[in-house]
Amino acid sequence: MDELLKKQLKITACKVRMGIIEGVYNAKCGHPGGSLSIADVLTYLYFAKMNVYPDNPKFAERDRLVLSKGHTAPGLYSVLAHRGFFDVEELKTLRRIGSRLQGHPVLNKVPGVDMSTGSLGQGISAACGMALSAKLTNDTYKVYAILGDGEIQEGQVWEAAMFAAHNKLDNLVAIVDNNGLQIDGKVSDVCSPYPITDKFEAFGWHVITMDAHDFDAIEAAFNEAETVVGQPVAIIQTSTKGKGVSFMEGQASWHGAAPNAEQYAVAMNELKAQLAELEG
Amino acid sequence: MADMIKKATRESYGEALAELGAKYENLYVLDADLAAATKTGVFKKAFPDRHIDCGIAEANMMGIAAGMAATGKIPFASSFAMFAAGRAFEIVRNSIGYPHLNVKIGATHAGISVGEDGASHQCNEDIALMRTIPGMTIINPADDVEARAAVEAAILHDGPCYLRFGRLATPVFNDKETYKFELGKGVQLANGDDVTIVATGLLVYEAIEAAKTLKEEGISARVINIHTIKPLDDEIIIKAAKETGVIVTAEEHSVIGGLGSAVCDVVSANCPCKVVKIGVNDVFGHSGPAVELLKEFGLCAENIVKTVKEALNK
Repeated sequence: MDELLKKQLKITACKVRMGIIEGVYNAKCGHPGGSLSIADVLTYLYFAKMNVYPDNPKFAERDRLVLSKGHTAPGLYSVLAHRGFFDVEELKTLRRIGSRLQGHPVLNKVPGVDMSTGSLGQGISAACGMALSAKLTNDTYKVYAILGDGEIQEGQVWEAAMFAAHNKLDNLVAIVDNNGLQIDGKVSDVCSPYPITDKFEAFGWHVITMDAHDFDAIEAAFNEAETVVGQPVAIIQTSTKGKGVSFMEGQASWHGAAPNAEQYAVAMNELKAQLAELEG
Repeated sequence: MADMIKKATRESYGEALAELGAKYENLYVLDADLAAATKTGVFKKAFPDRHIDCGIAEANMMGIAAGMAATGKIPFASSFAMFAAGRAFEIVRNSIGYPHLNVKIGATHAGISVGEDGASHQCNEDIALMRTIPGMTIINPADDVEARAAVEAAILHDGPCYLRFGRLATPVFNDKETYKFELGKGVQLANGDDVTIVATGLLVYEAIEAAKTLKEEGISARVINIHTIKPLDDEIIIKAAKETGVIVTAEEHSVIGGLGSAVCDVVSANCPCKVVKIGVNDVFGHSGPAVELLKEFGLCAENIVKTVKEALNK
């Protein structure tokens, strides 16, 4: 990846992480862990990959992103705000009465949100519907869906996986955020979804693995995805839950908990230090 | 009326889709391996490129429909009522209802008249389930003419619709030349002032027949066809409550949460009166010929007559 672009993306991803912490801290609840683990891929998609139009968010030919793991809305909201869909200050209204920023994403309420999600396993079906829709009328937009590794325990994911391969939806890329943790603990202990790559391959997908926090790897994975014809693409990203905030990293307990004032200060200071280093 | 033409509304559904496919290029039909039974196969024959078989995966089919609607298509997601409203309920609620997407759910084989397949396939709960979803329009047509009109009305309505169709061939009593479908409007089919029979689906014809019998016995029964269960035509119900004082509801659905419950909701808040509900009385059905089952479960003109007389203490 171009070094300047990489630097810009790292800076933006750091700001996106700050927006996540800001939102969850002000809401006093929410899901920081899984939001932080997808912050880099969201940043790459919205700042370097997808055709999106903050001034015309409903533009028909835009690329779509369905956050199938809808509980990580703080991550999506933060990247949308930083991309210019709405004011970054609004992130502080997360989960409040009167806010557009509902606990889980809502279509037609938040500019840039392409599908209502939150109930796991459903977003991937809607993403398949959008991709099929494009195929039926020869539209050129691409559809991205982000799933959790715990989420793929939902049976509907595999109904959708079968459907996508059967219909040769090569305009669809599903990213599985393999941070290894879900609410009750390690995914491998709760009800193992492994081997994830083999499962998607068996369902007829082209599978790519990538390091979720390395922009060179992210770019390479999405470039490879673009070359695939006749198959949907699954990118299995190895990620760290809570990435970027030391005390949240690799901890299932930060799946759905907000930092207190002290923890908030520590988290923001860490992120500010990272930002200063990047900008320095 | 023995010579009246009979037709199952599922046939009407498939034929209407095939007819309207040319007029509405944005119309797509999804099915879950039941195209021969839901009759969407008729559409598939006419428009093979616009018919998508999702396989036996109703939950995913509803999500596919949601995604298609989110990108501007008008999808009709078709399956048996049991699976469309039952199995896929939460997907219909969260992926279609919550974002208020323009998905049409074509649910066939509703009610006990599925017949021989038995209780696992006899869905008497779908209206109740769909009524709880904010913004969901529910249409339960009474015959072939109404069913065809309902399909086009659903296309013209922007928002999620649940259309309920039957497997059993039932009398075609509406005149296709003069019939006009108005979404959300009840239809008064017979005037009367002693009692009002409010019916939906295949019970509408039975209600008409019951009113004729009652007339012969000196009871003047008003008959109202409620094809749109949600939004309900409150006005026609309140008027009937005020003018006739007693209401008997009739539906091929559980007495819990269906048309009868909807009528009670309106009447109790606006003009309390006696309401007696005819429906499936909180029991599962069983296998058997549809017509015999309808009689056994009291979903017939004879039982409407009997219930009306009891309600009037006559």
